[in-house]
Amino acid sequence: MTTVSSAAHTRRDFLYIATGAVGAVGVAATLVPLISQMNPDASTIAAGAPIEVDLSPIADGQIIKVFWRSKPIFIFHRTKHDIELAKDVNVSSLRDPEPDSERVKPGHEQWLVVIGICTHLGCIPLPHEGQFDGWFCPCHGSQYDSAGRIRKGPAPKNLYLPPYQFVSNTKIRIGEESGTTA
Amino acid sequence: MSGPSTYQPQNGFLKWLEKRLPIGGLIHSSFIAYPTPRNLNYWWTFGGILAFMLGVQMITGIILAMHYTPNVNMAFDSVEAIMRDVNYGWLLRYVHANGASMFFLAVYIHMFRGMYYGSYKEPREVLWILGVILYLLMMATGFLGYVLVWGQMSFWAATVITNLFSAIPGIGDAVVTWLWGGYAVGNPTLNRFYSLHYLLPFVIAGVVVLHVWALHVVGQNNPAGIEPKSDKDTVPFTPYATAKDAFMIACFCIVFAWLVFYVPNYLVHSDNYIPANPAVTPSEIVPEWYYLPFYAILRSIPNKLLGVIALFSSIIILAFLPWLDTSRVRSARYRPLFRQFFWLFVISAVGLGYLGSKPPEGIYVVLSRIFTLYYFAFFLIILPLLGIFEKTKPLPNSISEAVLKAKA
Repeated sequence: MTTVSSAAHTRRDFLYIATGAVGAVGVAATLVPLISQMNPDASTIAAGAPIEVDLSPIADGQIIKVFWRSKPIFIFHRTKHDIELAKDVNVSSLRDPEPDSERVKPGHEQWLVVIGICTHLGCIPLPHEGQFDGWFCPCHGSQYDSAGRIRKGPAPKNLYLPPYQFVSNTKIRIGEESGTTA
Repeated sequence: MSGPSTYQPQNGFLKWLEKRLPIGGLIHSSFIAYPTPRNLNYWWTFGGILAFMLGVQMITGIILAMHYTPNVNMAFDSVEAIMRDVNYGWLLRYVHANGASMFFLAVYIHMFRGMYYGSYKEPREVLWILGVILYLLMMATGFLGYVLVWGQMSFWAATVITNLFSAIPGIGDAVVTWLWGGYAVGNPTLNRFYSLHYLLPFVIAGVVVLHVWALHVVGQNNPAGIEPKSDKDTVPFTPYATAKDAFMIACFCIVFAWLVFYVPNYLVHSDNYIPANPAVTPSEIVPEWYYLPFYAILRSIPNKLLGVIALFSSIIILAFLPWLDTSRVRSARYRPLFRQFFWLFVISAVGLGYLGSKPPEGIYVVLSRIFTLYYFAFFLIILPLLGIFEKTKPLPNSISEAVLKAKA
């Protein structure tokens, strides 16, 4: 047994602290690949590139569903009645207050483009169902209006808007906002 | 594990082994000479049944893994191939699928028994908490396994359950993307669920060892809820408990066999025989029956974050039970008021299970809220207060006295 006073710094103290420090850094560095490998891989990210959708075949009042990044995107060709309904709402009374103008692109208000995933727990709402001429989610009963805003049920948010831009009057590019890439 | 072993190796080889690895003595003191209270009833056999079911699930699961393909394009077909082409594949899969239900049935009886007889009270708190951890691991394993079938219910269950984490403020969406390994539930999700579904049963087995270890340190509780005081209060594990456990496992297997051979799809949602379709959500999403009470709690609260918090709290709260129940009397036999509140709790838990299978509208929502309220009130208000105000019945002096008085 050693009789060295504990007050004096020994080579053993130095080795103890140095080993601990290297060990802590090592564990932290090792965790990075172990956790990061679970995030989307290169092929998944590559497959998430922007897509172009031709709007001309979509009839008045029709809702179509396209896929971008494995997510369903609803494109709603709104009728005049749908637009009036969406505008004729007291915005401050909404759970997630957004005027209709923030839900569409200026000059293209007949086109509503939303991510078709219920903001509650991720089910796909059914188009043209519910009391608000929008969507009804069959899982837990959330209802969205003709601007994709949450009106009833447990969902906390309006249907999310994907990044998109109009490349012409009848064509949109989903996955890219003007000037920026998502 | 209690006191020095009385094990006497019978032959030369066992004597030789015992000097090098005293495993014979460990088995002898844990499962043969181990003293068990003489008044244990049949509700105490469910621990053995659970160990048996873990074995059944691991054996059938390892075999199913030899025939299953964890790829979104092949998973559903490989399950159907197991059902149609693999020799006895239908039997192995039905045993595994219904085995999960039987496993949960046994764990719920085991948990209610622990609550009724106060088995979580001092000095068995750690034993109880290990049990709660086992239950959580079982829920995770059951969910992961259900997704592997890759039917419509599998896919949408995976979507809904992983989306629970999107309720976490700030980092929720990043966490969910990380869980998925993509922008939605997909092939990476299926692959990692398969890996974890294979792993978790072994983690469960490890925690079971701790659970049994803790049990053998503090000893079993019993229907009288008092500690054994003399040799007259106990009987050796073998043959008494072994025979009783074996008899109940056989009875349990009769029910299990009826389920497997006569109504193998009774507990399965028919939509799960439709291959997963990420473009269409089924008209109603219902989890497996053993998650329904928690599903009802989630849906009874009209706010996403609070609903998710209530869901997780309703399970985590079990871990605090030893401290929420302030009464020093263990067994409900001597707690007349507790007994009534306990059965109301059972009714509300089972009632929530029923309501979880119903659409979230009208009277079902109202009842879900009442039962949810009672569920939490039972733990947070009733149990702490009962310990102070309840007038309990006198406890017997010993287990043997309680047994002999009941006989007379």
